[in-house]
Amino acid sequence: MNETVLTQEPHADILNPEPVVLAFCCNWCSYTGADLAGTSRLQYPPDARIIRVMCSGMVHPNLVIDALTKGADGVLVCGCHLGDCHYQDGNYRTEKRAEAIKLMLEDFGLEPERFRLEWVSASEGPRFAQVMTEMVEAVKRLPPSSYKTG
Amino acid sequence: MNDNGDKKVGAALVIGGGIGGMQAALDFAAAGIKAYLIDSAPCIGGGMAQLDKTFPTNDCAMCTMAPRLVEISRHKDIEILTLADLEKVEGRAGNFTVTLRQRPRYVSAEKCTGCGACVIACPLGKLKPPSGPNDKRPKPIPDEYNEGLSCRSAIYIPYPQAVPNIPVIDAAQCLHMKTGKCKLCQKACKADAIVFEQEARTVTLNVGAIVAAPGYKLFDSKLKPEYGYGTLKNVITSLEFERLLSASGPYKGKVLRPSDQAEPKRIAFIQCVGSRDHDRDYCSAVCCMYATKEAILAKEHLGGELSCDVFFMDLRAFSKGFEEYYLRAQKLGVRYIRCRPAAVAQVPGSDNLTITYLTEDEKKLDGEYDLVVLSAGLRPTPSGPRLQEALGLTLDPQGFCATAPFAPTDSGREGVFVAGVFTEPKDVPETVIQASGAVSRALESLSAAKGQLITTKAYPPELDVEGQDPRIGVFVCHCGTNIASVVDVAEVVEYAKRQPGVVHAENVLYACSNDNQDKIKKAVAEHKLNRVLVAACTPRTHEPLFRNTIREAGLNPYLFEMANVRDQCSWVHMHEPVKATRKTKDLVRMGLAKARLIRPLQKKRIAINKDVLVAGGGLAGMTAALSLADQGYAVHLVEKEAEPGGNLRRLRHLLNVDADPQRHLDALIDKVKRHPGITLHAGSRIAEVKGSVGNFATRLSAEGREDVELRHGAAIVATGAQEYKPVEYLYGSSDRVLTQLELEGRLADDWARSAPDTVVMIQCVGSRDESRPYCSRVCCAQAVKNALKIKALSPRTNVYVLFRDVRTYGFREAYYTDARRKGVIFARYDENRKPEVAQADGKLRVKCFEPVSRTDIVILADLVVLSAGTVPAADNKDLAQHLKVPLDQNGFFLEAHMKLRPVDFATDGVFLCGTAHYPKTVEETIAQSQAAAARVATSLAGDTMELEANISQVLEESCDGCAYCVDPCPYKAVTLLEYMSGGAIKKMVEVNESLCKGCGVCQATCPKKGILVRGFTLEQIAAMAEAALQATETPAEAPVEAAADTAGAAA
Repeated sequence: MNETVLTQEPHADILNPEPVVLAFCCNWCSYTGADLAGTSRLQYPPDARIIRVMCSGMVHPNLVIDALTKGADGVLVCGCHLGDCHYQDGNYRTEKRAEAIKLMLEDFGLEPERFRLEWVSASEGPRFAQVMTEMVEAVKRLPPSSYKTG
Repeated sequence: MNDNGDKKVGAALVIGGGIGGMQAALDFAAAGIKAYLIDSAPCIGGGMAQLDKTFPTNDCAMCTMAPRLVEISRHKDIEILTLADLEKVEGRAGNFTVTLRQRPRYVSAEKCTGCGACVIACPLGKLKPPSGPNDKRPKPIPDEYNEGLSCRSAIYIPYPQAVPNIPVIDAAQCLHMKTGKCKLCQKACKADAIVFEQEARTVTLNVGAIVAAPGYKLFDSKLKPEYGYGTLKNVITSLEFERLLSASGPYKGKVLRPSDQAEPKRIAFIQCVGSRDHDRDYCSAVCCMYATKEAILAKEHLGGELSCDVFFMDLRAFSKGFEEYYLRAQKLGVRYIRCRPAAVAQVPGSDNLTITYLTEDEKKLDGEYDLVVLSAGLRPTPSGPRLQEALGLTLDPQGFCATAPFAPTDSGREGVFVAGVFTEPKDVPETVIQASGAVSRALESLSAAKGQLITTKAYPPELDVEGQDPRIGVFVCHCGTNIASVVDVAEVVEYAKRQPGVVHAENVLYACSNDNQDKIKKAVAEHKLNRVLVAACTPRTHEPLFRNTIREAGLNPYLFEMANVRDQCSWVHMHEPVKATRKTKDLVRMGLAKARLIRPLQKKRIAINKDVLVAGGGLAGMTAALSLADQGYAVHLVEKEAEPGGNLRRLRHLLNVDADPQRHLDALIDKVKRHPGITLHAGSRIAEVKGSVGNFATRLSAEGREDVELRHGAAIVATGAQEYKPVEYLYGSSDRVLTQLELEGRLADDWARSAPDTVVMIQCVGSRDESRPYCSRVCCAQAVKNALKIKALSPRTNVYVLFRDVRTYGFREAYYTDARRKGVIFARYDENRKPEVAQADGKLRVKCFEPVSRTDIVILADLVVLSAGTVPAADNKDLAQHLKVPLDQNGFFLEAHMKLRPVDFATDGVFLCGTAHYPKTVEETIAQSQAAAARVATSLAGDTMELEANISQVLEESCDGCAYCVDPCPYKAVTLLEYMSGGAIKKMVEVNESLCKGCGVCQATCPKKGILVRGFTLEQIAAMAEAALQATETPAEAPVEAAADTAGAAA
């Protein structure tokens, strides 16, 4: 009995072993950082799907909320660090919208862990891999999205 | 011969189709000069085509090179002449008549389709290796591309991505050529392209300039019989090992040793084979890093148990990212042994090998290895003497092309320029830099002839696909084994075939190769495709190539979509093949969801400003400014100090004792100040930069003056770096402790009168440590230079150099040898036991642990000279933000690609040179500054420029003029219109297309879907998101109740 408990314990908090995570990445920094993680062969969980956008400021809040209410277990928006935006200040808009999105999560009965905004630069391959790993690990500890259709 | 006399010819000859020659040809063509690219081989590609990966990023060499090969092969203004040798050159700069001799290919380039049927038909391709010494059957032909580790037929395509992708007949081997029989290839050729009767021909070209980049030859390791190459089966060269690592190599990427095709468990690398020896007193500059790369890759291929020992003398990790790469290799368990072994011997009764070596504390050890790799050096090209005769250049005693100290790309003959290993051993980026630099020098005198011989590319008329249902073609790339070793490509292809709208799907070995472009074009015609999706690497690098391909097939280039299944899937999920395959399907499905919604787009043309802003008035900035001004560009040179000159002011002599940097600097400043094309803005700083390539607006601020606004089309960052200000070794508290630059000042003044008895130099001060992990590159040669100067001025002064590795790469090695010969004592110190400096009775007591004797040595010094590293300029961060360009982790500016775009930023119209990029020598700075000028010339060639098509568009029917999007637009490209329509006031926003950059902030602000970014519409992004949420396999299996369970899931 004890043995079973011991082997299960590390997995006890995994409620959703194969989550679906969407990551909107800006072309100039985060998407390039994701490519760099690839060139550097940094391994991260295969549960996330990247969608390339030109700027994180292009991501309409509805895209995030729609994805979450259609069954995504988590949504990441990744952009250039503040001050590094290829489009001058697009990511400041992203930051403001993220605040609004966070407020909306509650209205839709979604856990706050399901949405994250992260800045990843073109030279931060390791950081990209780490952000992806953290996000996936976080949503694995949540039950599968209640919006999931199966 | 020429009746056009002094007329300048708008064409250039580029000798050598390697990575340097390719860069030169592309730069010429983009700048408006027709390029003839010649190579004596049957195809272009040169040495880089044989490499598996490149240091220090482990980028796949072919992946970065293939798009260039393709671009050149399809470039309307580049003519490739293979199998061609230069015979003679007549005329003079601006108007040369060049005679070439082109050997026969025996295959008609016009008729051949590159299908390869002839290659398969050739009986010599099926020969087996001899079974024993008495086997008299014909021997198979060694394949040069695989360094003889595999065999080829007599008619062959040198490598899969070769350009031109046309076979060649090896006349010395061909049965028909030797016996008059066979002709099986001719029978197999359905295109009737085999022409046994083809003869050599003479070609005459008229060109205005010549760039020679003929490359190098690898050192013949048989000349070092002590290492057993050629006699011991398991001793191979580094290039052979490179081929073993390659997916297109003899064992398809499996690392197997030659004697028994077994996987080696212990590999030794021996450095400096054919370099740094009595007969070759130079360093080949690339071997330390390629051995490090090969060791890392071998560990990747063979797993953690593999042991890799690198026998070396000094580990020369001197360039950007190299030191970090070297540290990474050590972390991965690569062992570096500081010893040059005397010999390699066979273990009796086995194919294994023994290396006897001395450890640093002089213990004698034997190491047994399964495989020994010789890091062979770079030798001058055998074509050197012929080029010397035809071009009138000077070769140095080794056979490399000699260049003058301040003219690294000039051959000595006017109108003839040089690049690559031809002038000195160097790596890919240095070669690419020098090639662009050579082009800039050529353009200086050919500016009037630009455009003279340029043709306009005609694409087939665009097929009208508007209103058609999607007919998508899907191509899933293996990328050699980069994707296919993890992802089940065949399964993905089958999956793609089942997706709605897909009418064709196939797998391809290299999606980017030239032959595959033809395949795509054929598929477009055959299956009436109106969309193409390629699942391969990243669209950031490869999308333009495929867009161009489908454009050539008659499709609008924007009817293309890419799924990044390598960089963002197979490479990052290497150990999870099942999940990676599933994710690949997901990514393909997402790409298809977008592909179904993409529409044809058109680009607009705008007028551009052709002035150039150069930031930084040091050697780099002034060199670039002068080259551009000589090409006819108006240049604004911005220098923050009151006078130009920068760090060069502090250099008083060079390794080459005849060259005086101050004289060069004064001449340069004089030329800059007199040049009518250059406006010097001294004492000024960049306060603000707006706009983009073709139309920048920059505000300069200067103390006590009003701000100046400049308009320009491109910008060069040449803001330099600075000497590290030491905090260690009593610097600042004793006036007997100097930096190398300070020493230089003293040496130039009155050294001889009060020359000290003993000088100790300490290397790596502020470099290669925790806070600054990079190597400052120049300090070793600088120490050698100053040590030699001391010995010249006061021969009795004792000079000690305490070092970690002496990194006198390239030709700097000979000066290191000279310094030792002249009595300079070099003693190594260990990074964990740094030297200590203390005050002692008016002198300085330097204590240093010496690893060979394992004792502390103590030197009483009159002067301690610190080789202080180079640190990035303090204001890099500000400038980077103004220009929207990135810095690397050490604070230097980060180029677009470390190998192939070393002068460009990812942002169009902004370029980089000098020590703002990384520490570098005077020659290297000059070459890169010329290169930056050439790159500007390629981006500001015409009077107009095409705009991006992916910009914002207002949907009249949805926009109600709420104007929420007007304020957030970073470019002020959106304005509100109010007008009368049908008796009522109508409100709507309008987009200025030359200001809009397509960031989409407006799209994300709009509550009514009234404004969108073409190619990234809300609908398209949402479709991708939705596709990502679909189950990978048929959703029919999903339980029905699950859907009913959740409210809101009906959507």
